[in-house]
Amino acid sequence: MREDADIARDVEGWLARHERKGLLRFVIVGSVDDGKSTLIGRLLHDVDGVYDDQLAGVKRASARGAIHDGDGGDIDFSLFTDGLKAEREQGITIDVAYRYFSTPARKYILADTPGHVQYTRNMATGASTADAAVLLLDARLGVLPQSRRHAYIASLLGIRELVACVNKMDLVGWDEAVFARVRDDFAAFTARLGFREVRFVPVSARRGDNVVRRSALSPWYDGPTLLESLEALPLAEASADGPLRLPVQMVLRPNLHYRGYAGQLASGTLRPGDRVRVLPSGRETTVKALDGWRGPLDEVRAPASVTVRLDDEVDVSRGDVIVGVDAAPSTVRRAVADLVWLGERAFDPSRRLLLKHTTRTVGARIEAIVGRTDLDTLETVPADGLALNDVAVVVVSCSRALHIDPYASVRGTGAFILIDAVGNGTVAAGMFRADAPPAEPTSAGGPVTAAERASRWGHGGAVVVLPDRAAADALDRALFERGAASVVLDGESVLAAPRLAAAGLVAIAVDGVETLFSGTSMEIVRVPNDIDAVSELTARGVLR
Amino acid sequence: MLLDRAHRSHLETLEAESIHILREVAAEFANPVMLYSIGKDSSVMLRLAMKAFHPAPLPFPLLHIDTTWKFRAMIEFRDRFCAEHGLDLRVHTNRAAVAAGINPFDHGSREYTTQLKTHALLEALAAGGYDAAFGGARRDEEKSRAKERVYSFRDAQGQWDPKSQRPELWNLYNGRVRSGESIRAFPLSNWTELDVWQYVYLEDIPVVPLYFAAERPVVERDGALIMVDDDRMRLRPGEVPQRRKVRFRTLGCYPLSGAIASEATTLPEVIREMLLARSSERQGRLIDHDEEGSMELKKREGYF
Repeated sequence: MREDADIARDVEGWLARHERKGLLRFVIVGSVDDGKSTLIGRLLHDVDGVYDDQLAGVKRASARGAIHDGDGGDIDFSLFTDGLKAEREQGITIDVAYRYFSTPARKYILADTPGHVQYTRNMATGASTADAAVLLLDARLGVLPQSRRHAYIASLLGIRELVACVNKMDLVGWDEAVFARVRDDFAAFTARLGFREVRFVPVSARRGDNVVRRSALSPWYDGPTLLESLEALPLAEASADGPLRLPVQMVLRPNLHYRGYAGQLASGTLRPGDRVRVLPSGRETTVKALDGWRGPLDEVRAPASVTVRLDDEVDVSRGDVIVGVDAAPSTVRRAVADLVWLGERAFDPSRRLLLKHTTRTVGARIEAIVGRTDLDTLETVPADGLALNDVAVVVVSCSRALHIDPYASVRGTGAFILIDAVGNGTVAAGMFRADAPPAEPTSAGGPVTAAERASRWGHGGAVVVLPDRAAADALDRALFERGAASVVLDGESVLAAPRLAAAGLVAIAVDGVETLFSGTSMEIVRVPNDIDAVSELTARGVLR
Repeated sequence: MLLDRAHRSHLETLEAESIHILREVAAEFANPVMLYSIGKDSSVMLRLAMKAFHPAPLPFPLLHIDTTWKFRAMIEFRDRFCAEHGLDLRVHTNRAAVAAGINPFDHGSREYTTQLKTHALLEALAAGGYDAAFGGARRDEEKSRAKERVYSFRDAQGQWDPKSQRPELWNLYNGRVRSGESIRAFPLSNWTELDVWQYVYLEDIPVVPLYFAAERPVVERDGALIMVDDDRMRLRPGEVPQRRKVRFRTLGCYPLSGAIASEATTLPEVIREMLLARSSERQGRLIDHDEEGSMELKKREGYF
């Protein structure tokens, strides 16, 4: 595989060719016993991505008697990939690991996801950025329930290309009938999952048969090796042909005359002169320039990172999205989504959640659990809770509107994560569906409660005391920009602060007036000059 | 083999993703800083940052942890490059450890690194009140890094706990930290050594001359070629510096950085040597050889 002769002869020519290589990301999934680590070690070794000192380290560790199989030579290929000390001791892989290699045709990023109990979380993580999945089946055991789960999760995360390796063919005497049975079983199942194509390769990872090298032991198989299958997969380029979606990460203002909007294209192509719309304002304008490091650009295509200037002085800030004038995303506050619960703690409806979608983070709640997906039958079954590794269909409701696409259409604007507002952990990964949410449950009429306001606005009520009027106005502005409900009170109006706070608003008063309502039970958040008021309110749990 | 047609190159993809990460951290954290180690990875990370915010200046300072034992050529390069580009460079040294005479000869690489790198870094981060620090680490460097997140969470003591790391999906990074907690962000996570060199080559990024072969005074010690960069180098009995044509694959503190014999004086030659070499770059970095899993231990303590 190595191109040593080419490199030695003409490295500049080789670099020019290497520079043009595309990138394929894939995830390898399988359980502890499927021989996944061995397959990866074998792949890296045979493509020659492993250096001599690493090889020497692995040989030393193999000799120390980690696991001796005696059969695959004296090298335990799984030791190339098992990274952390803790897991080497336990003999399992506990997290997603990323590996890198290249061939004369392509560069690869391989996400190695462990297949034990936490497989759903790890697999979802590895699959979220992958274009393809390689799945291991044990020739002796055939299609296991977990094989079906792995395939389902890959399809759920939007992977359209699947390569199924029927491993350990050496242990079934390279029997073509065994291969055919496993292949047909699995193909019958994956036909339901929306893969563009599922390829099957009979391999022995330990011996290296049909991984990189074609095996003489399978004369009945004339298809590609695993590596050849990977080389033939289409690269994910479709996003550049999709609708324009540019979530704004930040506004660059080096001086009064320059205002550039920086972001990474989630989808689509952008050229100077294009008519675009800025959401949520809805203002339509024209692209004045695309600014690159070396000068203006004629065109940028997803997933490029770009800085855009617009013709008109429109108000654009982080969290906004620039879209085409046709094919708009849906602007919604509630949506149906597939959800993978990642948190160690089960879902607790009383804990406040944040939802991060593109560059926008809003308050959110899981309004309803439509059902949990049974990973064995793929049926949606009733559920009243969500625990680690559960996959479910839910209705999420947000404090502010989002501009979304179905995940199946645009990954970048269809994906979101849920964050625990207090613990700050990432507790779920979500993918918006195209389905419209059920009608919003109406409260029994009656007076609007503080809880309803909190749900709408994404924050609780508070009385905040700042040192001066300028600071009070600045906080009010910052809160307003976030979509919060706040008001600055002065003079006698500060008397209303406790009432407004109790109803769920952020009442902002200036230092010196708080004695007016010192008798109330309302907690007063005092923010000194050197502290950022928004951060303080976030730390106090008022803002999410 | 068929070359992929009409696609974007892997380097364009990596560049776009790294710029996304740099902007995301700059937008979501109150007080980020970029750790600048003067090496090739830092140089690439810095170029990506300059691109990410162009034409605006970097919205954060650079921080160099100076052990006082860096190659002189590194410090010269650092000062000239930062001055030329108007970069806000902060330099921090663990003065107490230097005053106590901690050095790479008497104290062993373990204690030396803990004092002059790890503690110095934690001191500087605390003193600056930084809630995010960019680092140039790559996942392909070492096995314990293959699982490192792009956002790596550190507790209030700056320490890393493998169990408290957050799942990272898509490009949706969760940057929420409590007061005192911080993250290390690694925009080059998915870059390989070759990617870094090729980017340096394509983008014409200046790097420290030590990466290129030249006649340099070295002694052979414990199988490594150590450069005698100044008169603080302690020669063992029988050691006589010899001028040999060498270069460095990684840069750090000169008494702990092994050189390799080389004739490569241009970038393509360096890349050719690297591609044809049969040992990974960390072999030249003496601190990793202490014991198996040593990098993992250092990371838990707060080193990158």
